[in-house]
Amino acid sequence: MSLRYMTPASKFKRYLPKDYVELVDYGPFGRKYSEVGVKNMGAYKELVEEHPMCSGCWMAYYIKIIFAALPNPEDTVTIGTAGCGRLAISQAAVPFIYGNYGDQNAMASGITRAFRLRFPDRQKDVITIAGDGGMMDIGFSMTMHAWFRRERFTTIMLDNEVYGNTGGQESGMSVEGAVLKMSPKGKNFGKMPAMQLAITAGCVYVVKMSPTNINKAAKAIRRAIFAARNLGPTFIHVYTSCNIEYSIPTPDVFKDAKEMEKGRFAFEEFMTPEAKELFAQIESKTKREVS
Amino acid sequence: MANLGPAHYAPYPVATYDGLLTPPEGKAMLLTDMVDEEVAMREVARVMLTSENATIFPGPQVLYAWSEEAKKKATLIKEMSEVLNAKMIPMYDYRPKYPKIDPEVEINPNHPNLTIWHNEIKACIFIGVHCHYANVALKIVRSETDCYTVGMCALSGHEDAMATIRDQHAEDLARFIEIAKEVKQELGK
Repeated sequence: MSLRYMTPASKFKRYLPKDYVELVDYGPFGRKYSEVGVKNMGAYKELVEEHPMCSGCWMAYYIKIIFAALPNPEDTVTIGTAGCGRLAISQAAVPFIYGNYGDQNAMASGITRAFRLRFPDRQKDVITIAGDGGMMDIGFSMTMHAWFRRERFTTIMLDNEVYGNTGGQESGMSVEGAVLKMSPKGKNFGKMPAMQLAITAGCVYVVKMSPTNINKAAKAIRRAIFAARNLGPTFIHVYTSCNIEYSIPTPDVFKDAKEMEKGRFAFEEFMTPEAKELFAQIESKTKREVS
Repeated sequence: MANLGPAHYAPYPVATYDGLLTPPEGKAMLLTDMVDEEVAMREVARVMLTSENATIFPGPQVLYAWSEEAKKKATLIKEMSEVLNAKMIPMYDYRPKYPKIDPEVEINPNHPNLTIWHNEIKACIFIGVHCHYANVALKIVRSETDCYTVGMCALSGHEDAMATIRDQHAEDLARFIEIAKEVKQELGK
């Protein structure tokens, strides 16, 4: 995508759906992050608004943060796979590619390379967004190999610790002993160490968090995208509870996320010295660029 | 249930199975006949002017101001809709829409028949739709509606349209508008 491809021809503007025209007039395309971004959510036309996710879905909330945090939405492509998340991601006003059963990081490798060849003078951001099943179980080999190859794109894992939209099977990211609707005996091995795997495989910036603070969540997303542009693969491992499969009452979803923040999703951030230097440069250039 | 089109529920790529191919350069196709471009333009104008709820479906290649040619075409298509007394419903992107599209304000290549049924469109022009999506949409329309479809294509045309005129650039659209004005006068519309 680019701005030219979303600006309506003047003669046709009145025929386009209202929602689209508002997106062009009041959306974040081509505007400074300080004017839009997560701090101003609700005050501009956001890239994803309506979605078919469950009431109280923490994943849907985090997906809204992802799209509000994009540094360059008009030149961004997202790639996902089977799972709840893609139902909302595909409704965003950013091109979305649906990878079959976990191949999102393999597809992103090709697309990132193709973008660099096709648009050598422009920065295109590629982000894969998938669940714990798509990223660490079914798509595990493709995720790991993309990192080993040092492919320059951002990987975001929406970890709800369960296969949420197929009835509640255990995933590699469920904790040991987790009893789920389709795992009545309880999981008999522990949660996979996704963050350590990412660091070992060569990611230059890795974050694990429970996104209770939108500014902190957005900062991590933007840092991951900036580092992926220049240095190598980046990974965000984020807790996005499934309140249906884990029976969390809707009013308690935020409380649950806060508790996770004190436990196994305590904020951890890894960056290589090069990434650290890059962030220092970017963040000193303009304080609002990453905030 | 609306009337089905000529292909009905055919399980194969319909028009090519019937021996229809896209027209050669300089020619156009009307149903099963290869004709001169001007003959096709006259017939398309006549059908659009005499059919109920004639509609133009502009696609992304003309809806967005991404090149000078696109801007010129946009102006001409607007004029074309006025000459043909046609409504305009955009195909502004190709995503399948969930839970459903609003057929009063858009057409989608994945279920174009919904828009045609809802608005009772009996003749339409696809223009500025990328060929691979035009092919999908035209096949569905051909089988599931009795709408007369016209493919005005900048490349080699579409065999699944009832009428297809190829290599249509800004100057060709201007010529079509002039012909449509003449036909309109002849019909006293």
